[in-house]
Amino acid sequence: MPDLVTPQPGLGGNGDGPVLEVSGLRKEFGDLVAVDSVSFTVLQARSLAIVGESGSGKTTIARMIVGLERPTAGRITSCGRDRSSPARSARERRRRGSEVQIVFQDPYTSLDPRQTAEATIDEVLRLHHGWPKERRRARIDELAGLVGLDERQVRALPRALSGGQRQRVAIARALAAEPRLLILDESVAALDVSIQAQVLNLLADIRDSTAVSYVLISHDLAVVRQLTDDAIVLHRGVVVERGPTPRVLDSPEHEYTKRLRASVPRPGWKPRRGALLGAREDSGTP
Amino acid sequence: MSAVQAGAGRAEATVRSGEPLLEVEGLTVRLQVEGAQRSVLRDVSISVSPGEAVGLVGESGSGKSMTARAIDRLLPHGAEVSGEIRFGGADVMALSGAALRGFRNQVAMIFQDPRAHVNPVRRIGDFMTEALRTNLDVPAAEANRRAADMLGQVGIMDGERRLRQYPHELSGGMLQRVMIAAALLTEPKLLLADEPTTALDVTTQAEVMAILDDLRREFGLAMLFITHDLELAAAICDRTAVMYAGQIVEVRESALLHDDPLHPYTAALSAARPDIAQTAARLAAIPGRPLSAFEAPDSECAFAPRCPHAKDICRAENPELISLDGGLSRCARAIELRGHLLAGPAEDGQTDA
Repeated sequence: MPDLVTPQPGLGGNGDGPVLEVSGLRKEFGDLVAVDSVSFTVLQARSLAIVGESGSGKTTIARMIVGLERPTAGRITSCGRDRSSPARSARERRRRGSEVQIVFQDPYTSLDPRQTAEATIDEVLRLHHGWPKERRRARIDELAGLVGLDERQVRALPRALSGGQRQRVAIARALAAEPRLLILDESVAALDVSIQAQVLNLLADIRDSTAVSYVLISHDLAVVRQLTDDAIVLHRGVVVERGPTPRVLDSPEHEYTKRLRASVPRPGWKPRRGALLGAREDSGTP
Repeated sequence: MSAVQAGAGRAEATVRSGEPLLEVEGLTVRLQVEGAQRSVLRDVSISVSPGEAVGLVGESGSGKSMTARAIDRLLPHGAEVSGEIRFGGADVMALSGAALRGFRNQVAMIFQDPRAHVNPVRRIGDFMTEALRTNLDVPAAEANRRAADMLGQVGIMDGERRLRQYPHELSGGMLQRVMIAAALLTEPKLLLADEPTTALDVTTQAEVMAILDDLRREFGLAMLFITHDLELAAAICDRTAVMYAGQIVEVRESALLHDDPLHPYTAALSAARPDIAQTAARLAAIPGRPLSAFEAPDSECAFAPRCPHAKDICRAENPELISLDGGLSRCARAIELRGHLLAGPAEDGQTDA
């Protein structure tokens, strides 16, 4: 009964073996190949960035990992167990939920408008750990402290919270399941600069204190630099470059990575038209 | 440039050289927010000279979009407006009817989400030529020809075909280029660009910005560029104004904004942004959250609760915008903090000692 010896999630134990392994992943939507032969590995307490623009397939990969899409081909393994095909039971779904959680981009649509932050987190604790009320209460306080929500905010409905506060609730909800891996799908993209810095610091703190791993899906290269160890660059469903994040950003090898890097506004940056138009393959028709 | 002849027979703004094209002075706007009349803009003054690009930077709720809407007379009903907006010397608030339409032909606006600003069931051509046909009485065939020409200017080569297409047949970046082309068709003197590239991919953003920058120079167009992205504004604007809680807190030559800011908020904003060239041990996050204009007190500096340099004087009164080293700063301690803002509060403490 291997299921009974589930490693203590998020607590650092059972460090050998990758937390997530993806190999030969492919997804077709009709004639369109959204994701093609994508492979990568995430080790414990490491962070991988999946860099790409709209249509690159990055969100489709995230949706396949959490089971919202079924891969056309390829294999996804988390903590040594296959998750390429749909879970057959509620128990199996819960087990998968305790390995991988996701935080979406838009904190305005990813929370239930009728549920307070407290109730949102409590539901996950009850479902995943089945703890008694007092223990859940204590853990809610811990998680709220970890993500920086005060007492009023914990009891508030999403509509009374700002975007940054909602994103903290979403992160606390994801952490409540004590996952080994957190997928951050553009999770800081919609936040104001001053709030984005707070959430990025928070994510770094959480990783240091829990040994959770991140898969950060982002188009923002500065955010990628700040939070990740390794990066893969995705273009039209295919990995065009991979390596340690500093290397990929400082000396990109693939043309597309170079173009991405050159498109980032910085002091002295002058957008040039000819260069970019020449490099366009996009006909402009979706 | 064939399209340049459309100006005949319409109200032209007469701008004498050296005078600003657009002048906003002491603009205060009050709106119904959560059941009460509240300030959303507080004493905003800004000017744009002919051909100049001015950035307007701020976080959510800072009032940057509201400023553009007030200038284009697009405020909701019931808005109380005080202060002055002058365009080419004319009082914009007093315009109505044909004069207002004439003004809007000279002040074009482009928005963040092009898809929300086109009618999805009308063809690109109808959308692009509407102002030419209805406001400037340009015959349809001529209007179509100008529209196709202008699409060429923004890098869309098969313009004739695009004019017959519907918005859903075009990608976001392509549609935003159509919006730019449409905005330029009436040969405006001023472009109000409200986060025009925020919804676009980075490579598409670079391309759209390049087009905007090129055409702006070619047509001698002035631009008020509204964005949350300090680096983007700094890269393409001559001057940048930074807004916080409905007020302008700093105006600075763009080239100096990042390395030599005048206001603690600008410095904090630069420092909070992660750097693509290096990983910081910790980002210098600004505590708290950005205040919306309507939440801000009138009796103290709105940024004081989040400011590492705040002292009693900052909580005693709302500072005036003062001239400093060629820029403007709304900070009671601006002069003593000069040159110490990027070093952070520790260094500042030493200066006071």
